[in-house]
Amino acid sequence: MTSADVARTGTVDWRSAQMQARIRKRYAKERRFRFLGLGALVFAAGFLLFLLTTIVSDGIGGFQRAEVPLDIEYSATTLGLDPAQMSGDGADYAINRADFRSLVNAAAEAQLGTSEMISEGAWLDVRDRLRGDPSLLGSRERVWVVAAPEVDLLAKGQISFDVPAQRRAVSQEMINQYVVLNDRGDVQLSLNTGFLTKADSTSSELAGIWGALLGSLLTMAITLALSFPIGVMTAVYLEEYAPRNRFTDMIEVSINNLAAVPSIIFGLLGLSVFLNTFGMPRSAPVVGGVTLALMTLPVIVIASRVSLQSVPPSIRDAALGIGASRLQVILHHILPVALPGILTGTIIGLSRALGETAPLLLIGMRAFVSDVPGGVTDPATALPVQIFLWSDEVGRGFVEKTSAAIMVLLAVLLSMNGVAIYLRNKFERRW
Amino acid sequence: MNSTTAHTVKSFDDDLRLLRSMIGEMGGLARSQVNEAITALLSHDVELAKRVVEADKRIDELEMEAESFAISIIARRSPLAQDLREVIAALKIGAVIERIGDYGKNIAKRVEALSSSGYRGASAGVEQIGSMASTLVDDAMRSFAERDPFLARAVSDGDEAIDDYYESLFQTLLGEIAEDPENTAPATHLIFIIKNLERIGDHATNIAEMVHYSATGEHLEDRPKGGDATGLSLPL
Amino acid sequence: MATQVTEAAAEEAHVREQTLVHDEIAFANDAKMTARDVDVFYGEKKAVDSVSIDVDSHYVTAFIGPSGCGKSTFLRCFNRMNDTIDIARVQGRIELDGEDIYDPRMDVVQLRARVGMVFQKPNPFPKSIYENIAYGPRIHGLASNKADMDGIVEASLTRAGLWNEVKDRLDDSGTALSGGQQQRLCIARAIAVDPEVILMDEPCSALDPIATAKIEELIEELKGRFAIVIVTHNMQQAARISQRTAFFHLGNLVEYGDTETIFTNPRADRTRDYITGRFG
Repeated sequence: MTSADVARTGTVDWRSAQMQARIRKRYAKERRFRFLGLGALVFAAGFLLFLLTTIVSDGIGGFQRAEVPLDIEYSATTLGLDPAQMSGDGADYAINRADFRSLVNAAAEAQLGTSEMISEGAWLDVRDRLRGDPSLLGSRERVWVVAAPEVDLLAKGQISFDVPAQRRAVSQEMINQYVVLNDRGDVQLSLNTGFLTKADSTSSELAGIWGALLGSLLTMAITLALSFPIGVMTAVYLEEYAPRNRFTDMIEVSINNLAAVPSIIFGLLGLSVFLNTFGMPRSAPVVGGVTLALMTLPVIVIASRVSLQSVPPSIRDAALGIGASRLQVILHHILPVALPGILTGTIIGLSRALGETAPLLLIGMRAFVSDVPGGVTDPATALPVQIFLWSDEVGRGFVEKTSAAIMVLLAVLLSMNGVAIYLRNKFERRW
Repeated sequence: MNSTTAHTVKSFDDDLRLLRSMIGEMGGLARSQVNEAITALLSHDVELAKRVVEADKRIDELEMEAESFAISIIARRSPLAQDLREVIAALKIGAVIERIGDYGKNIAKRVEALSSSGYRGASAGVEQIGSMASTLVDDAMRSFAERDPFLARAVSDGDEAIDDYYESLFQTLLGEIAEDPENTAPATHLIFIIKNLERIGDHATNIAEMVHYSATGEHLEDRPKGGDATGLSLPL
Repeated sequence: MATQVTEAAAEEAHVREQTLVHDEIAFANDAKMTARDVDVFYGEKKAVDSVSIDVDSHYVTAFIGPSGCGKSTFLRCFNRMNDTIDIARVQGRIELDGEDIYDPRMDVVQLRARVGMVFQKPNPFPKSIYENIAYGPRIHGLASNKADMDGIVEASLTRAGLWNEVKDRLDDSGTALSGGQQQRLCIARAIAVDPEVILMDEPCSALDPIATAKIEELIEELKGRFAIVIVTHNMQQAARISQRTAFFHLGNLVEYGDTETIFTNPRADRTRDYITGRFG
């Protein structure tokens, strides 16, 4: 302490009114700053909540569908089926050729007055029932069939009767018939199992997400199988073996740049290289997977390198010091410690790939695919593409399907992150 | 040979300086004790002799102070190399100076008996050996103060002269006793006194040896200490 | 600035011509490892300048000197740990039992098993205590079965004075031990592969005095069985545990002699100034 400091001691009156005012001002500033931060948080949380409630309230209906009852007589003559054919190898072929559409439409016109009240695809369920139990042929039963999209909307209360008729999506006749049916108790809402087990359809009430979900899962499997080993090996080579020189610097810069390249560029690459040059199948998960793997690779390489770099050098020294070879050092000591970080990076990369739409559009995964893909080379769509397609549909029934599909996508993402957290905790067991 | 650079820790230098000055003060006191004891002896000044005996306590006190300070330096500073040698040398030199002071006291204690005996022989010889011993102590302390290994070596050589002189003086005093048995008691006192002075010379040599080791890290090659008069035949 | 450079250059020229090697070492001939005219470069910078030294198999040899004097760098030449640093380049000749360890035919993995190392910061593997010890013998194939391995683990931990403290928790993590125990675990790990030389790079600098004393006691016990070379900043430690001391300064080996002589009567001015705390 200098003499000047000593001389000053005691000359400041910390209790003066001026000082008290300063203190109050300072506290007020602190409070304001804290409230600003809290406000930002509340704002963000509010948005998220709004988004989620909108999606859930819009989408929950997508998991339900309206049904109306029909008495169906499985008449062998109307269907043009020979009971003798109903067993053996030819059964499926015979059933597929049978005219269920006319049977069901006739039943609807007879019992409901019009076939417009039921879905265009209502006969599919009836056919599947007979296929499941061929002994039904010739008998008569009451079947709840899928209602028309308009009935669906009415049943879910999504069409207000107050809106002037010309601006309503549903005709007045339709409404009148619906009211009659509803009063009889002949309209019910039940779980839309078809949504989770079927593929896309032109009719909203028949469209399912399973095809897109499976397409996405297949694509992700290909992406993971390619990008994880290649990415980790690249990172290990760059960190542990590559000499530091201009060439490796260039590679490093390139990888960092690749991670920032817009995804649509990767789509163009996939289109020109995999489809046009190599002639791989269009719209197939295998191409989507390879393309997304290219996009994910830099993310995994960067995350893995950071994770490898963060392994304390003392562990490396220790292993080298007792005569471990380079490979032993990497396999026994470095990778186990770096693995949680590598896995986290991989999951982040995959999550991004899962939500990616643009590159998949370019390689043809936007095609209308009404069949569930049976393998990685079958045509398929992916979840985000399906959402994009449905959001573009004119049918009002697709609005809730879009939200429902978003919910499925979010569920997949959340479970992927759950797996990531589980794996990280499992491997991060600190000794 | 001596490094003039200061320690990074300045207070270490201060400690060493203080220790040296304590030893230096002891050396000065011891030397004046010897001088005053001789003066009291030659002038038969019993009062002065008593003061000399009293003053020895101060040397003892200083020795204890210097010893505990040296130990505290070792404990706190962990001196190494020439620092370690210097502290250890100071510790040992302190003890040696204390012995020199004791010899001075012993000489002073004999003054009363001698002055009452009326014997006045050999006073020139005693004065001579007294001044030789005193000079040797002085030189030894100077070599310590200046960390001068050459002066230390000179002290070691100078001790030989005292030893020779002591032997001839011893012979003379033996002759006096043979001449007149009346002289036995005072001459024996004088023999003890010159023996003490000869021992003071030896101790000055010890100091010089320690100074030499402290300054150079090398031991002075050992010189047989004379003055035991064993080579003399007693006229029985 | 210019005068400083020339002064430094003059000093360098002055010291390069003389490493003060005391006679009793210069004429001893029981060297386990010998270094001749070893230079180490970090890129353009010369970190170790023409150092020649013999390490005796029966003694603890201490390397002392101020930070950046090249002692640790030089130590790491003895088991070629400098190989792992891209920019480090070693010139000169280092022999282990007369074999040039920088010869291309020398297998560096085997060399490091023969010349073990203990590091400044205790660095047990993030694995169990048992696994820490067993790892070296396993990768070198020194145990033929589980019982063998158990024996090696117990013997190594016993020799490192750690067995009684950890025998009931061999499955616990090595990193859960205290700092001093971790360092003894690292020493046990090094001796588990039965090395001939153990290099220690400031093994106690992160430990408290009690843990330090235990390591020093351990070094005392290991002395004679292994040639031990220890780098230390603590001069009292070098004085306590070593029989030979080498003083490094500015990449040079300034003086090499019996520890006793170095600490009571060093011959070189720079050694004396360093050990008495007069470096300015």
